[in-house]
Amino acid sequence: MPKKILSMMLLYLFLPATVFAGTPAKVDSGDTAWVLVSAALVLLMTAPGLALFYSGMVRKKNVLGTIMQSFALLCIISIQWILWGYSVSFGPDKLGGLVGGLEWVGLKGVGLLPNPDYAATIPHQCFMVYQMMFAVITPALITGSFAERMKFSSFIVFSILWTTLVYDPIAHWVWATGGWLHDLGALDFAGGTVVHISSGVSALVAALVIGRRQGYMAETMAPHSLPLTLIGAGLLWFGWFGFNAGSALGANGLAVSAFVATNTAAAAAALSWSAVEWLHRGKPTILGLASGLVAGLVAVTPAAGFVGPISAMLLGAAAGVICYFSVSFMKPTLKYDDSLDAFGVHGVGGMWGAVATGLFASAAVNPAGANGLFFGGSALVGKQLIAIAASAAYSAVFTFILLKIIDAVMGLRVAQEDEVMGLDLSQHSESGYNM
Amino acid sequence: MKKIEAIIKPFKLDDVKKALNEINIEGMTITEVKGFGRQKGHSEFYRGAEYTVDFLPKIKIEVVTTEEMALKVVDAIMAAAKTGKIGDGKIFVSAVEDTVRIRTGERGKEAL
Repeated sequence: MPKKILSMMLLYLFLPATVFAGTPAKVDSGDTAWVLVSAALVLLMTAPGLALFYSGMVRKKNVLGTIMQSFALLCIISIQWILWGYSVSFGPDKLGGLVGGLEWVGLKGVGLLPNPDYAATIPHQCFMVYQMMFAVITPALITGSFAERMKFSSFIVFSILWTTLVYDPIAHWVWATGGWLHDLGALDFAGGTVVHISSGVSALVAALVIGRRQGYMAETMAPHSLPLTLIGAGLLWFGWFGFNAGSALGANGLAVSAFVATNTAAAAAALSWSAVEWLHRGKPTILGLASGLVAGLVAVTPAAGFVGPISAMLLGAAAGVICYFSVSFMKPTLKYDDSLDAFGVHGVGGMWGAVATGLFASAAVNPAGANGLFFGGSALVGKQLIAIAASAAYSAVFTFILLKIIDAVMGLRVAQEDEVMGLDLSQHSESGYNM
Repeated sequence: MKKIEAIIKPFKLDDVKKALNEINIEGMTITEVKGFGRQKGHSEFYRGAEYTVDFLPKIKIEVVTTEEMALKVVDAIMAAAKTGKIGDGKIFVSAVEDTVRIRTGERGKEAL
């Protein structure tokens, strides 16, 4: 009990006084500025960050088709989120913590005053638009698994349905007031469960349902432009500060702590992936370094606001090694074609990050969090495992059902001839390189 | 007339061009090509997946010249393109029936 009082007191230090005692919430200009910038940073992660990261790894006949998927999602989910996505995710709780109600459809009642349930010092619309960018990038991450072979029309239908039926409810479970995982006490600072586990597991299911690319494991499918991939990786790293440090929802000490943890984990994972590759294959690769840094960023996402720098370093270093083995051994052994390793990096890295949060979280870093196993708290790991299992199982089942229905109605894959020709010409009548 | 086709290492192109200029060869066609002989390819690793790259980038030079010059051209290319290491390339010599200069309609040696 004294611990609870202490953490309430510490919480008081992080939050402006206006939260308490029923005084009306006031907009803080510094907090609002930081969260607006963070929203723009997270946008940059999808387009052009992820778009370039992925498009460099495909063959050159699919470069535009791959970029198009990320940019199209930015546009589509921006509209979905305003019309109903935000309400389904963050609207007043329905069905005992499972989903948000439709009261906020079309942003009805989502105004320019703070909603203290979510962020007491920034306009409610600022919180909404920040969350929008998370809803945009999550389905974009999945595109890595079915790269080079999905029909564009089916991709659009899948993305709208997936965001509405998978992402929005899981975001509600974890982050919304009244969400069941939120009330359980599972920790997810910036979206390890909501963004990376949901997209990663869905990506694996998508790779299995849609099937391997023609010529997979027989033909060379080497990345056509690693410089594009590296520009994308750099933009992802840069944008991730908005993703993680922005999740403090204020320009404060917690944001700084999350910023430091994010950078540290990314660096440690890039180095550990490279080191393992150097030992295993004899040379460190650029793609390995880029993949490692992304794995570190994924893994630190749920933990960013709850761990210190040394913990971030350890969990990041482990993420690089774990994800290296998942893409280099697990994938070829099981022979599924998760083309750009959306599951291998985001699914596996996300699950490790959620577990690692249960190990490394420290209430000394963030009193609103909890102590993980290494800091004397034994209950958190169990809650994290429940969150992983629930979000992974739900994502897998619903993604499978959605893909099967879309396949029956309109088909998921491009025709064999179109796949050979490439998505750029067959889906968009354009070529990426006209020289 | 003879056609000399030489497959060489790309970084030797400038040396070969210079050597041919020195023996007054005033025209040539080059193409970026890929292939392999005894040198074979190499392995590349992307996220742990190994790809064997069989076809290595080379430059193909084509020169058409008179019977008398053909041997000199072969010698010049050989001297300029040689590193002594495996993968230096090959030279093929074949007979050419006729040559036409499109602008003037000249034929045979006159058109070279």
